Amino acid sequence: MSAWLQRLGRRGFGFFERLGRGHIFLLRTLAALPAVLVRPRLLIAQLHAVGVLTLLIIVVSGLFVGMVLGLQGYNTLVDFGAEESLGVVVALSLVRELGPVVAALLFAGRAGSALTAEIGLMKATEQLSGMEMMAVDPLERVVAPRFLAGFLAMPLLAAIFSVVGVYGGWFVGVGLLGVDDGAFWSQMQARVDLYDDVYNGVIKSLVFGLVAAWIAVFEGYDAVPTSEGVGRATTRTVVHTALAVLGLDFVLTALMFD
Amino acid sequence: MVQTRTVEIAVGAFVAAGLGALFVLAMKVSNIGAFDVAEGYELVARFDNVGGLKVRAPVTVGGVRVGRVVAIDYDMDTYEAVVRMRIDRRYDRFPTDTSASILTAGLLGEQYVGLEPGGEERYLGDGDRIRYTQSALVLEKIIGQFLYSKAAEGGGK
Repeated sequence: MSAWLQRLGRRGFGFFERLGRGHIFLLRTLAALPAVLVRPRLLIAQLHAVGVLTLLIIVVSGLFVGMVLGLQGYNTLVDFGAEESLGVVVALSLVRELGPVVAALLFAGRAGSALTAEIGLMKATEQLSGMEMMAVDPLERVVAPRFLAGFLAMPLLAAIFSVVGVYGGWFVGVGLLGVDDGAFWSQMQARVDLYDDVYNGVIKSLVFGLVAAWIAVFEGYDAVPTSEGVGRATTRTVVHTALAVLGLDFVLTALMFD
Repeated sequence: MVQTRTVEIAVGAFVAAGLGALFVLAMKVSNIGAFDVAEGYELVARFDNVGGLKVRAPVTVGGVRVGRVVAIDYDMDTYEAVVRMRIDRRYDRFPTDTSASILTAGLLGEQYVGLEPGGEERYLGDGDRIRYTQSALVLEKIIGQFLYSKAAEGGGK
């Protein structure tokens, strides 16, 4: 019994310890951000790693998600003779929810895990302490550019996802199933609001970008410096980002679309 | 050096594509592309009940969109809803006895204003009022009336 209580207590303290360390780490990373502006090349290299290299999976997934939305939406709407509303269904689901959320989940899987593994391995091979030894702050040199790149890439990736998805839905609806082209776009433009839907979607993806990039770099920086530790940290990045994104999505949706 | 350059080009293209996607979302997907009728004149119509009519709803004649609703207000003196419409300048010869009614696209679709040209010689100009109007059909009221009349029939027998 007492052993069980001890374990519970250790777990609880461990949880709060990590939570606190994570937030202190975020503040230190934010404080190190100005240093990135001095070396924009580091940022560009990281934008390439987390943005450009994630583009392929984002575009392909966006296309298929949009096509599935077009197909499923059509099958449901055609019963009510409302297949002209297909554009609205596809665009609203993508811009409000699927674009930011699915892009963030893909981002965690493709870019977040790589960031964690990279930083974790740097720590395991003592490159980070080596930098400190040479009076180079690894937060400024390694963490901050990766964090900023993730934060900046996320809204762009989500927007690309949404646009590709809308065209995927258009291809299935208009191209294959014979929905009227004019009605598809005009109904969409009539119902999708720039502020309520598009801007709020962008705000969502900014928040998700912050959280995904933060979790990825923190898990890497905080990883146990062994091969097993890095592996665990990478898994944690994907799991925690997915949970955080989905949970935050609910909160943000409740706040935005009342 | 070449390596850095390709990376930079790729990042530039990525950022441009992302910003372009945001632009497409704003212009092509959302309602900002549906600009109001820029050049035109305003007509006013008074209705007892506008139903679910909304600002930006289309104004049509014979099924053709000629303008948009720009404002819906309520007049506390006459107890009527005042609908201001902006009509494209190309359609500037509506007779003064033109009538306006609030119609519904399909059974559950959105509501719009339908104009029906009359036979007068003189034409409506900017700010003129459309005299003959028909309010929106409120489905609940119609169903209520139908039920009452059915009940009355049943009671008579």
